[in-house]
Amino acid sequence: MIGVGKIKQYTNVLDKPLSKGRQEVSLSGFAYLFSELVQYNQTQVDNIGDLERRLEDAGYAVGVRVLELLCHREKGNRRETRLLGILSFVHSTVWKVLFGKVADSLEKGTEHEDEYMISEKELLVNRFISVPKDMGSFNCGAFVAGIVRGVLDNAGFPAVVTAHFVPVDGQQRPRTTILIKFAEEVLRREARLG
Amino acid sequence: MASTACFMIISKNDIPIYEAEVGSAPKKEEAAHQHQFILHAALDIVQDLAWTTITHTRLMLLHDSRNDDGIKSFFQEVHELYIKILLNPLYLPGSRVTSSHFDTKVRALARKYL
Repeated sequence: MIGVGKIKQYTNVLDKPLSKGRQEVSLSGFAYLFSELVQYNQTQVDNIGDLERRLEDAGYAVGVRVLELLCHREKGNRRETRLLGILSFVHSTVWKVLFGKVADSLEKGTEHEDEYMISEKELLVNRFISVPKDMGSFNCGAFVAGIVRGVLDNAGFPAVVTAHFVPVDGQQRPRTTILIKFAEEVLRREARLG
Repeated sequence: MASTACFMIISKNDIPIYEAEVGSAPKKEEAAHQHQFILHAALDIVQDLAWTTITHTRLMLLHDSRNDDGIKSFFQEVHELYIKILLNPLYLPGSRVTSSHFDTKVRALARKYL
């Protein structure tokens, strides 16, 4: 149950400590809130592209905050300057804090040098969502893609991030792949760093 | 405590989002503008030296007495306060910090460390 038990009250957010503590959120509570977020945004748009964009923007705002908080809490404010460093930060640290586990896989795209993929068999936000056929390739993972973009963009690695369903052999549910396509300047800088 | 000091938080787009005169010297109108001017001018030079957060928000302090340890502690604690402000969903990243509570806390920290 949510809201049961003693929670220390603070008069202002500034008095609240930043340290971790064990604060888990009820899954059903989150799922309910997320479904409301999707439904509300659905009433505000007239095509799937806009709906994904709105979810992505909502995620972006989360990404900015998560980045600053985790960099302080987990890394002692050490800034990440390398591509692989920031990717593994997203794949392990960010994922663990948000979803309670490390992402299933982090791969480099085979066709393009600038593409990386984070795959998840059962993305938390998609757990209770099945997309109707008439909505085409719509994926609520756009929210998570937004979080990833928020983290990368604000850490100085601008990228285009999208969420896709990828069918898996022998599985009923497709997995979700978060596709990260870095901006040109990021790769140029990375090449210079050697 | 330093006789004059000016503290600023600069967003990643080089826009000041918080300013405070934290010195004990009597306030002079021109002096405040001058401090702002110096900090803005310094912005180009301190790129690699300023206290920079991962989102490229910079904390800058103009001071006239050297007290490295105090300044470090001051920055550390203000950084924490800034993160708390940022975590507020109603605060738009990169916009001005208007919280009076934040202001009070920063001034208290300045008195404590600088």
